[in-house]
Amino acid sequence: MDDFVQLVSLLASTVRLSIPLILCALAGLFAERAGVVDIGLEGKMLAAAFAAGTVAALSGSAWIGLIAAIIVAVVFSMIHAFACITHRGNQVVSGMALNVLAVGLTAVLAFAWFREGGQTPALSGAARFAPIVLPFADTIGQVPILGPIYARLISGHNALVYLTVAIIPIVSFVIFKTRFGLRLRAVGENPHAVDTAGISVAWLRYRALICTGVLCGVAGSYLATAMASAFQREMTAGRGFLALAALIFGKWMPVPAVLACLLFAFADALQGRLQGVALPIVGVVPVQAIQALPYLLTVLLLAGFVGKAVAPKASGIPYAKEK
Amino acid sequence: MTQTALRLSGIDKRFGPVHANRSIDLSVAKGSIHGIVGENGAGKSTLMSIVYGYYQADSGTIEVDGKRVTIASPQDAIAAGIGMVHQHFMLVENFTVLENVLLGAEGGALLAKGEAAARAELARLARDYGLDVDLDAKIEDLHVGAQQRVEILKALYRGARILILDEPTAVLTPQEADKLFELLALWRSQGSTVLLITHKLREIMAITDRVTVMRQGAIVATRETKDTSQAELAELMVGRRVATRVPKSAAAPGAEILRVEHLSCIDERGAARLQDISFSVRAGEIVGIAGVSGNGQTEILETLAGLRAVASGRILYKGEALPPPGTPARAKFARSVAIAHVPEDRHRMGMVVGFDAYETAILGYHDDDALRRGPLLSESRSIERCRDLMGQFDVRPADPRLRSGQFSGGNQQKIVLGREIDRDPDLLLVGQPTRGVDIGAIEFIHKRIVEMRDRGKAILLVSCELDEILALADRILVVCGGRIIGEADGAAADEKRLGLMMAGIAA
Repeated sequence: MDDFVQLVSLLASTVRLSIPLILCALAGLFAERAGVVDIGLEGKMLAAAFAAGTVAALSGSAWIGLIAAIIVAVVFSMIHAFACITHRGNQVVSGMALNVLAVGLTAVLAFAWFREGGQTPALSGAARFAPIVLPFADTIGQVPILGPIYARLISGHNALVYLTVAIIPIVSFVIFKTRFGLRLRAVGENPHAVDTAGISVAWLRYRALICTGVLCGVAGSYLATAMASAFQREMTAGRGFLALAALIFGKWMPVPAVLACLLFAFADALQGRLQGVALPIVGVVPVQAIQALPYLLTVLLLAGFVGKAVAPKASGIPYAKEK
Repeated sequence: MTQTALRLSGIDKRFGPVHANRSIDLSVAKGSIHGIVGENGAGKSTLMSIVYGYYQADSGTIEVDGKRVTIASPQDAIAAGIGMVHQHFMLVENFTVLENVLLGAEGGALLAKGEAAARAELARLARDYGLDVDLDAKIEDLHVGAQQRVEILKALYRGARILILDEPTAVLTPQEADKLFELLALWRSQGSTVLLITHKLREIMAITDRVTVMRQGAIVATRETKDTSQAELAELMVGRRVATRVPKSAAAPGAEILRVEHLSCIDERGAARLQDISFSVRAGEIVGIAGVSGNGQTEILETLAGLRAVASGRILYKGEALPPPGTPARAKFARSVAIAHVPEDRHRMGMVVGFDAYETAILGYHDDDALRRGPLLSESRSIERCRDLMGQFDVRPADPRLRSGQFSGGNQQKIVLGREIDRDPDLLLVGQPTRGVDIGAIEFIHKRIVEMRDRGKAILLVSCELDEILALADRILVVCGGRIIGEADGAAADEKRLGLMMAGIAA
């Protein structure tokens, strides 16, 4: 029974760790399906986390922080759009530039404004997204098997977790069942076909990148005001890239990408628990090696098990009418 | 008095220094098929792109059914009842037929409702015009003929009354082309209008009511089709008399140079591309391989040129195994035994677009001692060789320092062909020698190939243009699905029978 509770709590932390990955992967999905490579997910998420931390600290409301985070991430996304769509710049260079900009800018501003060594002030109360206890969690929690699952795995997460769970089917529906989704998928495969069908390629891609920005904003806000209780320097720790890897691993499909995110998050949750634990045969493994687990898993999966990942055909190629 | 479906007045368009369209005036009668011919770069495609709203004219006006319209985007063109089937299909390959038709005409923010309506409408169109396509098939699984039908369906679904077709038969077998023309005739009989852009004069004569000839961005003539001839049109296109077929004496084949026995090869994914191919080429003859693109021609050329490994079977060149037993296939070895190769796709394999012409002119022969000065490659000697080549092959402009990509298609091809012929090979492998090449240059290139044959060289020619095969080949092999399914004598070949063989129907 104790093992079972352990497992449930491992899964619960998997869910918590997976949220920023899932949001970011879905954000990347909008961009890449529209034919814009976005390695700037990391930077957008970091800038959003900073905005959320700052505004939540000043306003005392996590929700206002969330709105600020979304605005900042969308602005970053629009810079990427302006460079890559309007001016047909190199998408990798632009994305990387945004990443570097976000790392530097957030640290400098945090230091200048708050003088706490690059952090934003610690948040408490309404300035954070607090866990929500679902009805009857206590009573149902007493039931064997189902009890702990309901009380620990399903109940007790913050609002953004439930929001994300709702976003997944919505994204899937938008991509596959709506006019916007059809055009989005088409423009990532053959923008010429979209253009000759009388649809503006640029406007379509701009809208896709707005979606990317919104989702990155939620991800950033989750990091600073739900998972942690302040913005910290470089707190995204490569999650944007991990999400990109999950997107590729999931072959640019929403549900498989989400599953890939869960897998990476599971590895992350596991490494948290394995630190300092003596494993059979090998004994105690150095912390650093354990911490490397999710990243190692990424490399292995991408290198070996993914099979042939076919990216959207026009991904990364600026659209020009002349062939 | 016939009505005018489309009237263009004073259309003018420049791309930087290039004057692509010079004050074009054109009127197209309602319920007619109007052909537009011209060499590559004559401005046909630009003009049609302006009508379809893909580009905007610098000046000039467009009238549809007598009403002045502003066409600033394809959307405006579609609204005005203009549909276009592009030469390179504008289809999303991993979408279904239905999704491609719906794209841009979805009928609402959610797809489900529009899909149901589209299925009904498409079923009606399929019935009325015999345009049968499986709506749930993926585009990438359809052959090109079916893909073209999807393009036509797209235009019809959007309610097009004027249909522009850009080189529609380039990818079709003769039978498929006939079927397309039947469809166009049916469409015309219902009062709709077709604009047919092509460089195949035979098709112009067969199907159009009127024909407009363009040269260097301007219209040079418009004729009633029944009052003109292929010869006249060719002359108008080029601006001088041209032979549509180069004169050629009967072949005097000598010793066997190349013998291919039971050759098979497989691609990267393990699928068979060539199966049990056997043929021979003798000195002093041109053997033509006819077939619809993608049926194994590329693999035959690449295998012989040493670019692709032989899976089974063998190749004998002058009686000896090629490549020599125990060695891998190597292009360099093929060159060293006087086999020259003019690849089908010059941009991908024949040249480096970003190189200067003189660099392209020595590609593959850069280790020639005559080009060396000490241990280094001599630029001046390379340039000298290129200048010599440009003189011999009439490349214009004759500037070895010009970037290869800036030459016209015909001149690029002359550089590549010149480079290979200049080495005086005993076996010339030549693929699509006149793809994207204008009529004047076609004549020149054909002459040089026949000339080589007359000097007793063996030539293996691959072309998807049946006319080209008929014009040049002394013996014709037809490939379909990676097999040779028929052979014909060049002089006595029957086009219809060849067409059926290309489609894999009769042997």
